[in-house]
Amino acid sequence: MLKERPLSPHLQVYRPQMTSMLSILHRATGVFLFLGSPLLVYSLWGIAEGGTHFQQMTDCLSHWFAQLLILGWIYSLFYHFCNGIRHLFWDVGHGYEMKTLYASGNAVLLISIALTAITAYFALQNLGGAA
Amino acid sequence: MSLRSPLSKAQGLGSAKHGFSHWWWQRVTAIALIPLTLWFVYSLVCLLGSDHAQLSQWLAQPINASLVLLFVLTALFHGQTGMQVVIEDYVHSTWLNLTLLLSIKFASVAMAVLAIISVLKVVLGG
Ligand code: HEM
Repeated sequence: MLKERPLSPHLQVYRPQMTSMLSILHRATGVFLFLGSPLLVYSLWGIAEGGTHFQQMTDCLSHWFAQLLILGWIYSLFYHFCNGIRHLFWDVGHGYEMKTLYASGNAVLLISIALTAITAYFALQNLGGAA
Repeated sequence: MSLRSPLSKAQGLGSAKHGFSHWWWQRVTAIALIPLTLWFVYSLVCLLGSDHAQLSQWLAQPINASLVLLFVLTALFHGQTGMQVVIEDYVHSTWLNLTLLLSIKFASVAMAVLAIISVLKVVLGG
């Protein structure tokens, strides 16, 4: 007979914590990055084909919604990049103290936002110069 | 109380089978992606606003072509390995699990081939 067993952890009554949220975000950004990879291959294909295919590709990628997705993709890349390095430190046994865990988590959030802002700044400057 | 066998404890190592190789390659690709990602984003920003001729000329250079392929192929392999873990964690229906895993793998290989052929075409000036 199957009995209803208590399940753990009770996610729905669990108070969200910074550490667990960052962990979920690593997974979410990883999946989002993978789902975005066709766009990357599509651009390479567009460059290789040239002509109308290239035109179509650049038109498609300069749509505001595509631009929004690309910005999200770049942020995801930087977040996943920073938190991935955090993961690699854990893998070799460093950074498990509660204090370090919160400090490195805050650093990941800050640095990923800063890197995205710097990238966006130079991207806009470059586009402004070329137009 | 430990679930490890006495032999495994004595040897002091974990599993050296499939699970380890999966975990290991996920880390190897992650480490390779650290410099590749920085280079890729830097190049992307520099290339913004270029026309088709400039992009082809850039991609035709062997160093750029190699690094682009290294980035795309490593990311695909790393992403595919990671997606497998995510699917195994959440999808418990055997058929849906198998369908998703196969789709991810086939799609990754297809994307890898298209990326390689495209870059080669530009490099060889086709
Ligand atoms: C930029 C450098 C990157 C680093 C340093 C990195 C690092 C990592 C690490 C250490 C893990 C294992 C996390 C764990 O054990 O839970 C991981 C998982 C993953 N990564 Fe990356 N990664 C990078 C780029 C990418 C890219 C470009 C993609 C997409 C194509 C990607 C997709 C994934 C996915 C889907 C997972 C599985 C997530 C999970 O199991 O929760 N990563 N990454």
